[in-house]
Amino acid sequence: MTAQSVAGPAIRVRGLEKSYGKLDVLRGVDLDVAPGSIFALLGSNGAGKTTTVRILATLLTGDAGTASVNGFDVATQPANVRESISLTGQFAAVDEILSGRENLVLVARLRHLKDPGAIADDLLRRFSLSEAGARRVSTYSGGMRRRLDIAMSLIGNSPVIFLDEPTAGLDPEARIEVWDAVRELAGQGTTVLLTTQYLEEAEQLADRIAILHQGRIIVNGTLSELKQLFPPAKVEYVEKQPTLEEIFLAVIGRADKGDATGTKTGGQK
Amino acid sequence: MTAHFFSDTAALTGRTLRHVTRSMDTIITTVITPVAMMLMFVYVFGGAIDTGSVPYVVYMLPGILLMTIASGISYTAYRLFTDVKSGIFERFQSMPIARSGVLWAHVITSLVANLIALVLVVGVAVLMGFRSGAGVSAWLAVAGILLLFTLALTWLAVIPGLSASSVEGAGAFAYPLIFLPFVSSAFVPTGTMPGPVRWFAEHQPVTSIVDTIRALFTGHPVGDDIWTALAWCVGILVVAYGFAMTAYRRKIA
Repeated sequence: MTAQSVAGPAIRVRGLEKSYGKLDVLRGVDLDVAPGSIFALLGSNGAGKTTTVRILATLLTGDAGTASVNGFDVATQPANVRESISLTGQFAAVDEILSGRENLVLVARLRHLKDPGAIADDLLRRFSLSEAGARRVSTYSGGMRRRLDIAMSLIGNSPVIFLDEPTAGLDPEARIEVWDAVRELAGQGTTVLLTTQYLEEAEQLADRIAILHQGRIIVNGTLSELKQLFPPAKVEYVEKQPTLEEIFLAVIGRADKGDATGTKTGGQK
Repeated sequence: MTAHFFSDTAALTGRTLRHVTRSMDTIITTVITPVAMMLMFVYVFGGAIDTGSVPYVVYMLPGILLMTIASGISYTAYRLFTDVKSGIFERFQSMPIARSGVLWAHVITSLVANLIALVLVVGVAVLMGFRSGAGVSAWLAVAGILLLFTLALTWLAVIPGLSASSVEGAGAFAYPLIFLPFVSSAFVPTGTMPGPVRWFAEHQPVTSIVDTIRALFTGHPVGDDIWTALAWCVGILVVAYGFAMTAYRRKIA
């Protein structure tokens, strides 16, 4: 860990407000994220997810309220916050002209780590990019870019990682690869704040889920708590048809990894 | 944080320099307009322009060099714009680095890319018969003025690079700069221009810079022109830097 962990929540947000002109994007957001957990911020487009992440990543200042990351206030101790975080933005922010390996080496150098080359090679291996490592990123597929993007965020072992819509625009196969990467992260004790508009993604990954709607958190709890908010499940007998996703993954030969119904993922946790 | 300013800037400069060396076409397209102008003026119009005892290629090279810089810095704006648009600019800004290093990397890269382009253009001019009796100190003075002018225009390019909303917008600001040498002493002596045009030509920055470089090339005394030229360069630099920093602060809020 580059920054020492602090007792209390890894991320703490109180009464956060932000508006662009007359448009109120955040209207009093409160949330706590426990260290080492995966927290999903769920919401539709324009709900304020990215704005929240950008404020937490010190790229934007809020109008009112407070926010702290790893015990550091984002407004008064931004340098300490930046020491504690890694941000993977909405679009894979990788350098297209450099190779995958060069991207990783660059980030390792910027984080002032010893032996950037070894760090890069290790990450290329972990994210199945070793073969593509020497190629320019402009030749990568969307899934490979995202994997590289996330690999770049892992350099330096930041205690807190923000993933802003990490699977937007990815095909099902690539999405599962990203999910596996996120689970691996949390398995190592990293706190992950992830935003998504896919309900399934939150269900698959998150320890806690908050729904951001019109600039406020309207629901916040574990998946089972959220389920209790609704009428009890009815028992119906229906023939189980494979979903198109299952068919797709089976046909392309990734059915073993692609069991999106949760049996395998349950086993990993 | 600033303890790593130099190493961070070096790492980031290495990155942007690769953008130049891996797309040499950006250097070629930077050079192509000035070289085409040079061919046109030397072999088509030049014969009809009376520049006294100075060969026309020597007369017009300073203006061509400024045109090269104006065309080169549009790529600086383009590269910065692409970084902002792709999100990599934000990634760097969210990292524990000397944040301003991201801008300086682009500025240093701009100086290097323009230097390469300028050397190529001078090379073509030599092939076309450009000769100068200028000594080492005169050449150093020419290099210094061109460097200062590049630096000033580079900070000017940072402004649209950070704030443009489209690629076209990021590059378009350079067009008027590319054509500024036409209304100056760069290609024809200002003496034959009608009143108001002549007044503009004689009082815009290009003329003083061109006259200074030409004097250095031909071994004539530079007179007061050099001070006017330096004042223009420093003035543009200070103003552009100020506006660029405002745009930058707005970006990183």
